[in-house]
Amino acid sequence: MKEFEFQSATTVDEAVSLLAAKGDQARVLTGGTDLIVQLREGLRSADLVVDVKKIPELMTMSFSPEQGLRLGAAVPCHRIYGDKDVAVAYPGLADAARIIGGWQIQSRASVGGNLCNSSPAADSIPPLVVHDAVCHLAGPGGRRTVKASEFCTAPGKNVLQRGELLVSLEFPPPAEHASSAYMRFIPRNEMDIAVVGAASWVQLTAAGDTIEKASIALAAVAPTPLAATEASSFLAGKPATSETFAKAGELASQVARPISDKRGTSEYRKHLAGVLTQRTLAIAVERARG
Amino acid sequence: MAKKTHVATTINGEPMEFLCEARQSLLEVLRDNLAMTGSKEGCNNGNCGACTVLLDGQPVDSCLVLAVEAEGAEITTVEGIADDSRLHPIQQCFLEEAALQCGVCTPGFIVTAKALLDRNPTPSEHEIRFQLAGNLCRCTGYDKIIRAVQDAGKRMAAEARGASTTTNGSPARQQQKQAT
Repeated sequence: MKEFEFQSATTVDEAVSLLAAKGDQARVLTGGTDLIVQLREGLRSADLVVDVKKIPELMTMSFSPEQGLRLGAAVPCHRIYGDKDVAVAYPGLADAARIIGGWQIQSRASVGGNLCNSSPAADSIPPLVVHDAVCHLAGPGGRRTVKASEFCTAPGKNVLQRGELLVSLEFPPPAEHASSAYMRFIPRNEMDIAVVGAASWVQLTAAGDTIEKASIALAAVAPTPLAATEASSFLAGKPATSETFAKAGELASQVARPISDKRGTSEYRKHLAGVLTQRTLAIAVERARG
Repeated sequence: MAKKTHVATTINGEPMEFLCEARQSLLEVLRDNLAMTGSKEGCNNGNCGACTVLLDGQPVDSCLVLAVEAEGAEITTVEGIADDSRLHPIQQCFLEEAALQCGVCTPGFIVTAKALLDRNPTPSEHEIRFQLAGNLCRCTGYDKIIRAVQDAGKRMAAEARGASTTTNGSPARQQQKQAT
């Protein structure tokens, strides 16, 4: 690994001024499970690495049924699925946190880091999109918010400007008769990068037989995580049956525009997008019925 | 000469201080600066788990931790698992049940298994396979490892029951050491 300077920031302002001074030669360190590999393999370079795990706001996870969830950008995955209330309120997010790498990775890797790494195949981003999460950013010009669905702009690229830091993710309170699920396809049982990933969120009527609202998002089928908006709006008002899920799967498959690479061909990925949409819808509906 | 940072940490219960460069991983410092070669370098990119240590109680790949991040932390390496000359039940079961061949993955498996069994001494086969998914073994085919972890859990549970009824003897010492 090339030499770099290391600073551990204790406040958001300190981190922002350190990052602003070095521009694109500064890197934020949360769990390091992407960054350290990238620096070691020369995929990214840095003159300065700023550890943000000593900043309380980035390490806080607070949840209440009324306020929703505020997830500090550096909170490691194991704390998400380890918190029963959070895992029950945002099951799709917990599904993703539980399968990102193995336990060693989940001890360090954060959802905020996963988002800022901005891989099209990131497991935690589709759940952020379907749960309507909002990103709180701090930069030299002050604070601003961006919807998680609009955060990534290209593979490895996002809306963060020079000196800007992702501070936290805010999730709306869990709705009644609603739930979510995330699944990915990989050729191994664990520890692999998604060939395709899909997250579904549904809200049912009180009777539990009809979908009121739904949201579907896909991973690894486009240059950025992709909201399947046509499939989502199709589901509103439809009966929560396997026929409905199959039709939504077809619609989701149609918006997928994947590349062919070593993990799978474009055709295979389009097929998987449909299958995983159906399956995650079925799980989300079952969970929403309680 | 690169700038070196002074780091004060705790390793296997002992206060430890070292100087390191920011770019050095915790694994490098353990092995090269501190001569603690129990933790192994396998892939050096977070896939194989041979370098697993406990960082404040959580299993992590020490190749993906900067040594400077260890400031103020509590680290347990495979060297800290045995109770002086007495092997930990996980180590004893790995030996008795031949859960290793070349042995490079073994320290990582033992550290992750300890993290698992300290939380849940009676995991199912599925739970063991899931929690140990971040540790790769190219020799054994895993079955012997899974069995050794299951049997170690039973022994740990039995020792804990024994310890609760006696005031001395090694199981009690063992438990006391784990609690500190």
